[in-house]
Amino acid sequence: MTNVIMPQMGESIAEGTVTKWLKKVGDKVERDEPLFEISTDKVDAEIPSPSAGVLTKILVAENQTVAVNAIVAEIDAEGSAASAPSSQPAASGGAIPTPPPVPAPDGDSRARAFEPVAPPPAPAPPQAAGMNGGLGTEIGGNGHKIRSSPLVRRIAKEKNVDLRSVKGTGLGGRISKRDILAYIAAGPSAPPSARISPASAAQITPGAMPPAGTEQRASASPSSMPAVPAPEPSPMQAPSVAFTGATQVVPMTPMRKQIAEHMILSRRTSAHVTTVFEVEMTRVFETRAQNAAEFERRNGQKLTFTPFFVRAAVEAIKQYPIFNASVDGDNVIYKRDLNIGIAVALETGLIVPVVKRADEKNFLGIARTVADLAERARTKRLNFDEVQGGTFTITNPGVFGSLFGTPIINQPQVAILGVGVIEKRAVVRNDAIAIRPMAYLALSFDHRVIDGAMADQFMVKVKTVLENWSEAVL
Amino acid sequence: MPVLTHLEAIRQGIWEEMERDPSVFLIGEDIGVYGGAFKVTQGMLEKFGADRVIDTPISESAIVGAAVGAALMGMRPVVEMQFMDFIACGFDQIVNMAAKIHYRWGPAVPIVIRGPSGAGVHGGPYHSQSNEMWFVHTPGLKVVVPATAYDAKGLIKASIRDNNPVIFYEHKFLYRRIKDEIPADDYVVPIGKARVARSGTDISVITYGAMVWTALEAAEELEKEGVSLEVIDLRSLLPYDEEAVLESVRKCSKVILLHEDTRIGGFAGELAAVIAEKAFEDLDGPIVRVTSPDTPVPFSPPLEEYFLPNAKKVAEAARRLAAY
Repeated sequence: MTNVIMPQMGESIAEGTVTKWLKKVGDKVERDEPLFEISTDKVDAEIPSPSAGVLTKILVAENQTVAVNAIVAEIDAEGSAASAPSSQPAASGGAIPTPPPVPAPDGDSRARAFEPVAPPPAPAPPQAAGMNGGLGTEIGGNGHKIRSSPLVRRIAKEKNVDLRSVKGTGLGGRISKRDILAYIAAGPSAPPSARISPASAAQITPGAMPPAGTEQRASASPSSMPAVPAPEPSPMQAPSVAFTGATQVVPMTPMRKQIAEHMILSRRTSAHVTTVFEVEMTRVFETRAQNAAEFERRNGQKLTFTPFFVRAAVEAIKQYPIFNASVDGDNVIYKRDLNIGIAVALETGLIVPVVKRADEKNFLGIARTVADLAERARTKRLNFDEVQGGTFTITNPGVFGSLFGTPIINQPQVAILGVGVIEKRAVVRNDAIAIRPMAYLALSFDHRVIDGAMADQFMVKVKTVLENWSEAVL
Repeated sequence: MPVLTHLEAIRQGIWEEMERDPSVFLIGEDIGVYGGAFKVTQGMLEKFGADRVIDTPISESAIVGAAVGAALMGMRPVVEMQFMDFIACGFDQIVNMAAKIHYRWGPAVPIVIRGPSGAGVHGGPYHSQSNEMWFVHTPGLKVVVPATAYDAKGLIKASIRDNNPVIFYEHKFLYRRIKDEIPADDYVVPIGKARVARSGTDISVITYGAMVWTALEAAEELEKEGVSLEVIDLRSLLPYDEEAVLESVRKCSKVILLHEDTRIGGFAGELAAVIAEKAFEDLDGPIVRVTSPDTPVPFSPPLEEYFLPNAKKVAEAARRLAAY
């Protein structure tokens, strides 16, 4: 019997909510077949079954929240539960599972993806799926286990070598370091095996790619849309520079991995262009100075510059709604809600809480929401829905002194505004040199849907709002 | 450069430190008039006088206790155990006093307890033990085990200058068999730094003390068969050079852990755990131990030979591991 647990979907995540069971008690499941959907404060995800068998118990009902690693269900291996439940085809039940969205990286899964959902008549022996096959053994073409070592498996993973094609000369045919190094040296490594089956490749719509590895619904997509399979990123061929000095290998944390995947995904998805404007902050400075003490007294939190930028972005987006859109295939989806994400640096990564419907809030409302979200982001007390549904993002590299950055777009959005350090600079006013608080604002936008002229007009609006700030704060 | 035996190198190191620092003195059984059971302290009484070379009654507890007290008063005593097997009689003074005083009350306890250990000379169960792990398992101590004459001198000097209690293991088999050219200058060998005794690529043999020579002998033999052994001489066990161990394991991907000490609770077990924890994905084969079996050291010469690891046993283990 296998226990199904609530997975840890990010380092800071302590609990998750089961949003939907894709199988019911008595259903047969294949290993890696989607079993249930969860929500956590980082992601929405479909969780694959850890093993093949029959779902015998559901311990956590839909919409119930449990701690990470809590047992949510039990699966019996097929042999031990071949009686009543397995005689009943799963397809006759109400829950029709979606096709397996993430093809496992081996040949078998392709065939499996085309198979009808109904279970095979006879219980098939469970097959290990590729490298995930437990204690480092794989099933070779002849049904024999492939024996190797932790080092060999690591090299195979790094060099994308299918161990089934390496001849082992060690004890009992074991593949040794020498064998795999000789195999790699012998010729171009095996072509990157077809990791995406043709069927799933055809379904990939650029622009709505969720981060690989987990099945994440693009918040823009209506929920009725079929889940889009996460494509395996094509293996990156990093130049193999031999470094012979001492090294230390540190595995990425789950949060780090997710950020890495998301950043690469965004780079490959959008045509990034960055435009930089210089903005005089005198009016904002004065407004903040006049109101900071009162704001802190009333709200117990400091009044930062961030709400001013949120407000300016909201005004500009109202005028140019393409900045609140996303791309879905050949369509551009304009979102009615105007939800501004604020990137907050954490010790171990970053998180982007969202000011929901920022256009409906007055300045004070925005300021209080920003202060509250930032505080709770740092103390890891954000709720799940507070990091969801952003439509535009503001990031602030200036807090660390950067003049400006060229931020990467937070997919599936189409633009991100970066705020540089605010500092006094010598500027020319009325043909005289004046000292003014200045800041560089950098806007990265997706050139697929936004042209340079449009981006610059957007920035002119942002600049105008900030330089002519006229709103009473309190 | 003059060529000195392992024993002479230790004597010279102590001698130099006594000349350099008047707070250094020697205390132990038969170290003065007789010059020590193995003659390590020969000539010291004549040179430094009875105040600094103190013959004691046969009571290890009293010897170590006196040394701890002197250390607290600012002296740097060097204690000789006639055989390291007898150190058990001074155990409480070492593990409960010397090792804990700095932690508990602050003052340093700069004592060195040195003496001959190890088998191979048909000394039987009371004169042959390798009991270093008793002290490696005692936080607050340092444990040093040199293999070469050069290191023996450099490490005894470092031990005398160290402000912590140091247990210094001299292998009696090496005393007069190992010789090195010893430079005239006042050098020390830092405690806690390992040495690559022989560089290789296929299997890393990690060891210390007399077994370094055993490993080197095996490496010579294996080289003829095309298997390249790297030999790491740990030199100290507490603290030990973890970085050097992991670096060698990552380089060779296979590892033999070798010591004369018995198997269960030996240093190899600790190293195996650290390698599994920190270099698992660099391993291309099982971590292999070559040690003495878990029995007392036999007196009978054929049995002692059977008991001790030797180059043949190491070579056999290396052949199996190379083919794995």
